[in-house]
Amino acid sequence: MIKSSKNIKVSELDSITIRFAGDSGDGIQLVGSQFANATAISGNDLSTLPDYPAEIRAPAGSLGGVSGFQISFGDESVLTPGNKPNVLIVMNPAALAVNIKNIDKGSVIITNSDAFTPAALEKAGYTSNPLEDETLSNYRVIAIPVTALTESTLKDSGLTKSQIAKCKNFYMLGIMYWMYGLPLDPTANWIKTKFKKNPELAEANIKVLTAGRNYADATEIFDARFQIKKSPVTPGKYRNLTGNEAAAYALITAAKLLKRKLFYGSYPITPASEILHTLAKHKANDVVVYQAEDEIAAVCASIGASFAGCMSATGTSGPGLSLKIEAIGLAVIAELPLVIVNVQRGGPSTGLPTKTEQSDLLQAVYGRHGESPLVVMAASSPADCFSTTLEAARIAVKYMTPVIVLSNAYLSNGSEPFRIPKLNELPKFELPPLPEPENFKPYMRDRDTLARPWAGPGMKGYEHRTGGLEKAEGTGAISYDAENHERMTKIRDEKIARVVREIPPTKIQGSNEGELLVVGWGSTYGAVSQAVSEARKTGLNVSAIHVKFMNPLPADLGTIMRRFRKVLVPEENTGQFRMMLRSAYALEPIGLNKVQGQPLNGEEVLGKIKEILRGN
Amino acid sequence: MENTKLTAKDFASTLPVKWCPGCGDFAILNQLQKVMAGMGLPHEKYVVVSGIGCSSRFPYYVNTYGFHSIHGRACAIASGVKLSNPDLAVWVITGDGDGLSIGGNHTMHSIRRNIGLKIVLFNNRIYALTKGQASPTTQFGVKTKSSPMGTIDFPFNPARFAIGLDCTFVARGIDTDMAGTTAILERAAKHKGTTFVEILQKCVPFTDKEFDALKDPVNKEDSILRVAHGKPLVFGKNKDKGIVFKNFKPEILEFRPGDVPDEVAVYDETNAEMAYLISGFLAPEFPIPLGVFRATEKPSYEQLYYDQVAAIGDTKDNELETLLSGPDAWEVK
Repeated sequence: MIKSSKNIKVSELDSITIRFAGDSGDGIQLVGSQFANATAISGNDLSTLPDYPAEIRAPAGSLGGVSGFQISFGDESVLTPGNKPNVLIVMNPAALAVNIKNIDKGSVIITNSDAFTPAALEKAGYTSNPLEDETLSNYRVIAIPVTALTESTLKDSGLTKSQIAKCKNFYMLGIMYWMYGLPLDPTANWIKTKFKKNPELAEANIKVLTAGRNYADATEIFDARFQIKKSPVTPGKYRNLTGNEAAAYALITAAKLLKRKLFYGSYPITPASEILHTLAKHKANDVVVYQAEDEIAAVCASIGASFAGCMSATGTSGPGLSLKIEAIGLAVIAELPLVIVNVQRGGPSTGLPTKTEQSDLLQAVYGRHGESPLVVMAASSPADCFSTTLEAARIAVKYMTPVIVLSNAYLSNGSEPFRIPKLNELPKFELPPLPEPENFKPYMRDRDTLARPWAGPGMKGYEHRTGGLEKAEGTGAISYDAENHERMTKIRDEKIARVVREIPPTKIQGSNEGELLVVGWGSTYGAVSQAVSEARKTGLNVSAIHVKFMNPLPADLGTIMRRFRKVLVPEENTGQFRMMLRSAYALEPIGLNKVQGQPLNGEEVLGKIKEILRGN
Repeated sequence: MENTKLTAKDFASTLPVKWCPGCGDFAILNQLQKVMAGMGLPHEKYVVVSGIGCSSRFPYYVNTYGFHSIHGRACAIASGVKLSNPDLAVWVITGDGDGLSIGGNHTMHSIRRNIGLKIVLFNNRIYALTKGQASPTTQFGVKTKSSPMGTIDFPFNPARFAIGLDCTFVARGIDTDMAGTTAILERAAKHKGTTFVEILQKCVPFTDKEFDALKDPVNKEDSILRVAHGKPLVFGKNKDKGIVFKNFKPEILEFRPGDVPDEVAVYDETNAEMAYLISGFLAPEFPIPLGVFRATEKPSYEQLYYDQVAAIGDTKDNELETLLSGPDAWEVK
């Protein structure tokens, strides 16, 4: 139980959703991720949603420049970053104006009242101060002069006015730590490391953080604090990881399991660049990181490295995937293993570069020239980016094929606790058999997987030529033979079809048959399971499954769907998976489609479930 | 380096070579097979990477590892091969369209990094495999299938392009000059960092007359300036003409054979400015320079990369679990 110096009511909650919002230069993402770490260390399950503008520094105080960080934390029921925040923390009027429409009446709004100046109010479109008029009468507003309090805390610090101004986000963070009984130490330690070269700034920020906590404890403006239920987690070592970090660590893990170097060729693109950044820190661990001159060079270098025997990967987002597609066709015909992590964002073109979507599914599955099948997998949560990417790498080398992993901005920036696996819990990596040089032919095949052997430069006796031209079956010599081309096309197709053997039986949430089946894929996992779980509690006849393998599709998928009268496919596009299901199984699923750059939330899915089942 | 005695024949593949009769590619193939055999490296250490075009069929005809990739991307693919295994000798075979048009960006950035690729660009001034469209080196005004009224594109000068990018080894040869081109390829093979060798070569069906002046058995030396480090810039079948620089402007000075005046410039391949001036020589005002234009030392990309890795220290023994835990993991009991 939280101990308080005053007699303040402490309520226990299953989970809560809070949202930090402010100017894109206010350090909102930093405060949000620190808060997330503190909750994780306290044993909560959590899910985060960073939501920031495409401009690094949009005009200060403008509506377009508002940056947000939403986190939901609590017991094991936390699967999404929450629908609507219960608590909204706003650092300026623009942040209030942008976020007020997304919170329910009665919610708590905590503001830095010092930021509500006439000029800032005007930029946010307010004609009078909402903290003083009736605008917020239906909310519990806690207005704190954070700027002034920070200044008075640091008045003897010797720091400049602008340096002091930059510390105010930590004051607010200190207040929030008090409110949820969270420890200050992890953030204080982080500050010490971050400002190692500038101990004065480190001291100032820690002082402000502590002052914020003490202020909340000493004043009477807070009538409540909360204890959030902890998640009964599996014992082990944990770490808070974003989806991009998880994908990066999966690639390193894959290379270690394969006992080869990792080669990661990449070109900077939002929201995939953090994979590049994370891997660049691990160059000493047999990780070769290559920042190429463009997307095409990035994938081509990775294909070259794959030819040379590395565990190879590249990462990108939608527009970059389009640029890489021709080269991916080369990897298909050359039959070289390659992992392509595609972190989807709002498109087409530059679209909504910092926002999330699931709209590259058809590009990933079908978007190539010629008959060029490959494996496509989709990650379901930030931590699942680890297992999905690792599995993608395992399949890539086992079947000698490119594998596309679909993540998106929501998974890549969002974070959740990740249990660090023990070596013996990780999958085994198997390579196609490599015969003695005298029996080697570059396009001979393993009878089981149809994979060709992987031999490359440096290996004596296996010298051979490969490339983009059609190959004669077995020998790999150039072949323009008509029947050979058709045969090779079918072999490549069959090889990918056989990956279906790698897919475990589909787990059903709920009963095995009934009125409605919700089919989720990729990042909608949290929203779908939460909605179906709530719907079932109210007695609705609904079940859910989640699809990870987008190509090939799970063998049992059609059978399961046919056991339900109706199928609902929620997705963040206009119905791409629904189209695939229609063509594969001749079914007519119902769609729930959201294309707003924001993830589908549980409430929206639940709403659709009710609508369908009440219409029965 | 292993000491293996190999001959050019060891580097010939069993596939029938399918270039047009009379194509200069045959000569270049023979020269390169010879150079490879002389380097003392075993077959498996060689990788020949190409893009698309007539020249790009090259890997099929060399008995080493080979990758005939996609149009323009040879340098990009080769960079991945070289960086992942710097012990390999990685040759890129490309053409004027493949290497300077669709793949220009990769050529340019490979040179910028000074990554250890041996780029050999066959310049026949035409898209030949697609049957005769203007390429980035097709001379101004030339009529081709895609420019029936004559090109209005100003052509690239490949060697000068590479010198402008500060490439650490730049040379130009011609397919018919066996000895000269072999000598260039031998030096390229030993160079550390990016080498860029332009080989002038006619295309029998489309640009058959392109370099006739440089091949004329009687008068060719009047049209060729043979550039050699430390030697005066003298040319002409009677060795009676030389290059002088006046106010950074090159001029031709005529003199009595054997009596080379002091003003005639002595070539310095380490001098980037001189290389730039020389590489700009165009007919008919000037003779066409052949030879090694630039050779200088700069650390290669792969060298710098693995130096950085070595500087971090050897952490390879780290248990995977330690690596995954990072600095901020916590234990749940």
